[in-house]
Amino acid sequence: MDFAFSAEQEQLRGFAREFLAERYDDVRLAALADSETGTDGDVWPRLAEMGWLDGDLTFLDQAVLFEETGRRPLPAPFFSTMALAAPVFDEKLRAETGAGGLRATLAWAEPGVPQGLLDTAGLSTREADGRITGQKVLVPDGHAVDLLVVTTPEGLYAVDAADATITPHTAIDGTRRLADVRFDGAPARRLADLSALTAIRERAQAAAALEAVGVAQRALDLLVEYARTRQQFGKPIGIYQAVSHKASDIYVRLQEARSLAYWAAWCVDTGDALAGRACLAAKAHATESAVLACEQAIQGHGGIGFTWEHVLHRYYKRAQWLQAFDGAPRTQRAELAAALLD
Amino acid sequence: MDFRDSPEEAEFRTELRSWLLANLPEGWADRAPEAGRGDFEFLRAWGGKLYDAGYVGLTWPAEFGGRGLSPVYQAIYLEELARLNAPNHPGVIGLNMAGPTIIAWGTDAQKQRLLKPLLSGEEIWCQGFSEPGSGSDLAAGRTSAVLDGDHWVVNGQKVWSSYAHKADWCILVVRTDPEAPKHAGLSYLVVDMHSPGVEVRPLVQITGDPEFNEIFFTDVRVPKESILGAPGDGWKVAMTTLLHERGTLGFALTAGLEGTVNRLIELVRQPGPDGRRPADDPVVRDAVAREWIEMQSLRFTNYRSLTALLETGVPGPEGSMVKLAWSEANQRLTAFAQSLIGLTGQISDDAWWNGYWQYQQLRSRGNTIEAGTSEILRNIIAERVLGLPKGR
Repeated sequence: MDFAFSAEQEQLRGFAREFLAERYDDVRLAALADSETGTDGDVWPRLAEMGWLDGDLTFLDQAVLFEETGRRPLPAPFFSTMALAAPVFDEKLRAETGAGGLRATLAWAEPGVPQGLLDTAGLSTREADGRITGQKVLVPDGHAVDLLVVTTPEGLYAVDAADATITPHTAIDGTRRLADVRFDGAPARRLADLSALTAIRERAQAAAALEAVGVAQRALDLLVEYARTRQQFGKPIGIYQAVSHKASDIYVRLQEARSLAYWAAWCVDTGDALAGRACLAAKAHATESAVLACEQAIQGHGGIGFTWEHVLHRYYKRAQWLQAFDGAPRTQRAELAAALLD
Repeated sequence: MDFRDSPEEAEFRTELRSWLLANLPEGWADRAPEAGRGDFEFLRAWGGKLYDAGYVGLTWPAEFGGRGLSPVYQAIYLEELARLNAPNHPGVIGLNMAGPTIIAWGTDAQKQRLLKPLLSGEEIWCQGFSEPGSGSDLAAGRTSAVLDGDHWVVNGQKVWSSYAHKADWCILVVRTDPEAPKHAGLSYLVVDMHSPGVEVRPLVQITGDPEFNEIFFTDVRVPKESILGAPGDGWKVAMTTLLHERGTLGFALTAGLEGTVNRLIELVRQPGPDGRRPADDPVVRDAVAREWIEMQSLRFTNYRSLTALLETGVPGPEGSMVKLAWSEANQRLTAFAQSLIGLTGQISDDAWWNGYWQYQQLRSRGNTIEAGTSEILRNIIAERVLGLPKGR
C-alpha cells in the first residue's frame, strides 16, 4: 500500500507550480481574466515543450497538473483538451496535441434536455454521411479551441472549429468561458462510440476534483496569510478562534477532498472497479469544499475580500464553475445513493 | 501510488479473516446489533485469544512481544475487525497509550514486568491525566506525589478514566515539584490500581453506562522506581502518550465509522416503524451518500497519513484531523439514524434494533470531548499545521 506520488510526479509538480506562479501572478491572472478572450494565447506551445500535452502521460501524472492548475489557474483550454476531449483522441490527434498544435473541447449539452455528460437520450444533433448538424450549448472554452468533439446518438465525432459557428458568452469565470455552437452540415470524423462518454466522465470528474483541491488550497493559503498579518485590536486576527477555527475546518475539508481526489485519480489510472464511485465522491466533495473554502476566505478578509481588485473572487468563480460542471454535488450523490441503496 | 495489498499483506488479510470467522462466537456476523459495550469478561478472554493467535502488538518490536510489522498491518487488522463487526482487544489504553510510552521511556525491568500481560489482556490499563480542575489544560494538574523514603506518596483526584473500574494499572501524571513552572513540575508514574488508598467511583454517562470513572488517591504509596523518565519529565512523557493516542487512532475510528455507515444503509433499506422505507425519500438518499463520501474521505486520509508515517517515521497532523472529522461525522450520522425512526427511537424497552441507534447517538456526544476536545484539536491544527499565532 502506497499513497504517495512518485519522485518524478513530485518533480513535475514542483516545475508546474513554479512555472504557473511565475507566469500568472495575481495581477496578470486578473488582466487575462478580464481580457477579450480570457486566455493566454502564447502559452500553448510552452505547455507542449514542457510535456504537459504528451499523450503518454499517465492519469496520475496529469493529476498533478490538474491540481496545480487549480492552485494557479491556467488561462488556456488545458482541462477541456486533456480531460474532456483527449480521452477519445486517435493517434493522429494525440500526436498533434502533444506537439502543441491542437486545442480541443467537448460539445455535449443541448438546450431543453438533461445536460449531464451521460444524458444522451435526448440528443438531437445528428451525424449523417460524415456531416454533423445541430446545436450545442455550454461548451467549455468553445471560443478558444481548434477542434470540437461532438456527441450525437451515432457516436462521438471530431469537427474542426472552423467548420462550426461558435458564439462565445461572457461568463462569470473569465478564464473558463462557455460558448454556443451550431453545426450546419459540418464535416465530421468518427472517434468513438457513445459508450466512451463513461471514461470521459470519470476523467473529467476526477480532474474537476483535483482542480478544486488546488483552488481550495490557494483559498486557504490566502486566508492563513491574511490571518497571520492583518492586525485588529492590536493583534493578528488569526489569534481569535472565530477566525482560526474556521481555517482549521477548511483545512480538514481540504484534506478530505484531497484524499478523495487522489483516490479517484488512482482508480482512473489503474481502471479500478470502484472508479465510478470514487469519481462521483471526489467530484461532489471537492468542488463543494472549494466553494466553501473560498467563501470562508472571502469572509476572513473582510471588505477587501469582496472587491474585484482582490484575487479571491477569481478562485471563487472557478470553484463555482467546477461545482456546477456535470451537475451539482447532489446529482453525484443521487447516483451514489442508487449504487449504495438500490 | 498503489493501494492494493502486497502479496504478503493480502495473505495476512486472508488469514486474519479466516481466523476471525473460525473464532468468533457462532452467528456473530449475523447477530442483531446491540447497545453498549457488552460483557467485559468475554472481551478479556477474546483479547487473550487474539494475543495467542499473534494479532496483538502487530507493530511492536519483537523483543517486547510484538511482531515488528509495519503499521499497514495494524490498519488491515482494524479494517477486517470492522468488516466482521468483531470486537477489539479490551486493553486499548494499554495497547495504544501505556505500552508505547513504556517502550519509549521505560527501564528494562519495567518493560519485562509490564508489557506481556498488557498484550495478553491479563492486565488492563487506565489513564490518570484529567482532573476536575484541569481537563484540556493538562499541565495544570494538582494531584501530588511526594518522595518519602523509597516511595512516592500520591494524593489527589483524577477523572474521566475509562476502564479504571477494571484496571490493574494506571499511567498517572502527578505534580512532584510544586515550586517549578507549570510544565516542569510534572512526573509520570505507573501505579498499581490495587494499592491501598486507591478508590474508583464509576461515573454514569448520558447513555446510562458506567464507562468512565473518578479515581481518588489517598496516601497511596508507589515504589520510587515506578516512574517513566526522570522526575520533572512528566510533560514530555505525556506527549509521547498523546502522540501515540492520535497516531494510531484514525484507522480504528474510521473502521468503526464504516461499520456504522453500513448499518445506516441497512436501516434505510428496511421498512421503518411506520412501514415506510426511508431509502425511498430523496432527502434520505442524499444524506446517506454524503455520509458514505465522508467515511471514504477519512479512510483515504488515513492511507495518506500512513504513507507519510512510513516515510518519515512520525505520525502527521492528520491524526488530529481525522479524529475531529470522525467525531462530527459520527454525531451527524447517528442523530440522522435516530431521526428516521421518530418517536419510536425514544422507547428503550423493546427498543428498535435493540436500542443500537439510541445508544450510538447518545454515546456520540462524547466523541467531540474525549481524547482531545474539538476545540483543542482545532487549536492544534490552527497553530501547529497552519502556523497561525497562538492564542495562549
